This record gives sequence, C-alpha cells and structure tokens, in this order.
Amino acid sequence: MRITVNARTHEIEGPTLARALEELGFAGTAYATAHNGGFVPRASRDTTVLRDGDRVEVLSPMQGG
Amino acid sequence: MRIYGQDITSRLLLGTAQYPSPAVMGAAIAASGAEIVTLSLRRETADGRGAGFWEMLRDSGLRLLPNTAGCHSVSEAVTTARMAREIFGTDWIKLEVIGHADTLQPDVFGLVEAARILCAEGFEVFPYTTDDLVVGEKLLEAGCALLMPWGAPIGSGQGLRNPQALRSMRAHFPGTPLILDAGIGRPSDACQAMELGMDAVLLNTAVAQAGDPATMARAMAGAVEAGRLGCAADPMERRDMAVPSTPVLGLAELGGWNASI
Repeated sequence: MRITVNARTHEIEGPTLARALEELGFAGTAYATAHNGGFVPRASRDTTVLRDGDRVEVLSPMQGG
Repeated sequence: MRIYGQDITSRLLLGTAQYPSPAVMGAAIAASGAEIVTLSLRRETADGRGAGFWEMLRDSGLRLLPNTAGCHSVSEAVTTARMAREIFGTDWIKLEVIGHADTLQPDVFGLVEAARILCAEGFEVFPYTTDDLVVGEKLLEAGCALLMPWGAPIGSGQGLRNPQALRSMRAHFPGTPLILDAGIGRPSDACQAMELGMDAVLLNTAVAQAGDPATMARAMAGAVEAGRLGCAADPMERRDMAVPSTPVLGLAELGGWNASI
C-alpha cells in the first residue's frame, strides 16, 4: 500500500504501523508516532492497521524555544 | 519557586534552539544556571539525525519542558503534547497554539480549548499566552497552575512592549506563578520583567543569537537575579522633581562674600 510518512510517499507492505516503521528503517525508542493526525502510543503500534492513503508522522526530540 | 509541585531554584528558563553548535548550547545552559530547558519535536528521519542533541540533554539532569511550537490548531497542539509526553516522559508541556504567522501571536481561544483538554488528561500545562487578564482567568479555570505571558513577539528581541499590562497581570494574579516568555532581547529586558514582579523569565534567541552565548547567558542570569532582588526590596517611587540626596540641614552659608573668586 502507499502511505505518506512525514510528508513523503512510501510504498510499504504493512499492514500495521509497527511493521511499517520497521520496513522504513526507524529504530530505537526516541520517536513518537501519529496516524492520520492522532497520537498512537508505542504500545498500540502493533495493533494500528494502516490503509492505503493513510498519513503517518514520526517525530523525535529537536531543539526548541 | 514552586512549579507544579517542583521546587525550582533558578528563575531563568532557557530554550535550546538556534545555537551555533550543541557545544555552544551546552556552555550557555551551564553558564545560565537554568534548571529548566525547553525543547521540541520534529519529523524524524530514518537515519536518526538529531539523536546526538537528545542524548546530550537526556543525561543532563535538567528538567525538560517540551513545547508545541509551530502548532496552529488545537488538534495539532494536543497530538504533539501527547507525543511529547511519551518521548520525554514528563507531564510538563509548554503549550503554544499559534494564531498568526507573522507575529506568532497565540490563538488564545484555541489555547484555552487545548489547555482544557490537556489538563483533563493530567498534563501540567505552561500556556504561552498574551497579557490579557480574561484569557489568564480562562486558562486557570481550564486547569493551568501558571501563566506565561509574552513580552513581545517570539524571537523579536523587542523587550517588554507593554509593561503596564504585565504589572496588571501581577496584581490580578497575585498567587499564580507568572513566567515572562518571549520577546526578551537584552539583560535589561529580563531585569525589567523581574522588577515588575514576574516569577521567572523564559528566553532563547537573546542568548542563542548573541555573539557570545555563554557570556550572554551569564548576563541574563545576573539580570534575572538583580530584578528579582530589586522587586523584593520594594523600590522607591519615581518623582517628577529632584530631591537632594545629601542632607541640606547644617549646610554652610558661603555665598555672597568675596564672590568674585
């Protein structure tokens, strides 16, 4: 399926968010995820099923004021 | 100073953005004596860029205050806050809901709504707001235990645009911690905020963009301390006319004799 991750389009197998993150090479724990605008806790990534056209955000710590 | 049950010694809170390098940032934080630093969340890249910055702060022992900078809607801010809580492991959130792209003025209506949602979820919200008293009341009603009024637009370095409004806030919310956030450009601005009775000052650009950030951080810390002491010491009233500070009683009458000398 085709999904958008951080505003870039990716073709992935899925079907879960956890699997997609693995496919895309995200490792470690220092990031948080959102699916179609809603926060997905780490523990729910395994059970969050993606569909074609979904939007995923993967955010990590950054400098801020 | 007590913030959400935590005793805080330093009344200077420092942002972590815009420094020339992580090393310069680290030196500035150390020189400032700040115990609380702000940071943010941005899109991750699979190559893990930015991880070094996080590792440096994670093990620093500093209290982390993540923000929702760049969020222009309630839903964006709420989602960002929830993500920040998971990553940073803190209920603290500096809540920004931006209403105007040029001035970065808070959308105070969205801010109150987002604060209500987040406080109900157990977040300890630091709302970046204007100096409006009614908005302040609404934020406290929403569950915020402190307020962060702006001094001037973020990053502008203009100092306090409306000191009278901040003075009114101090009088109107006598028991509420007030942290002046945004607009500080120079140490004198930070000192003025503290003299007005603010409990603390949060700044970033004024230090990060100074020619010598570590020295400016030290200057800001001194200014905050001086302003705090000045406020506590109950300054004299201003007068329109001069009043001699040296006693005039017993002053010799020396005029009129041999005046040609």
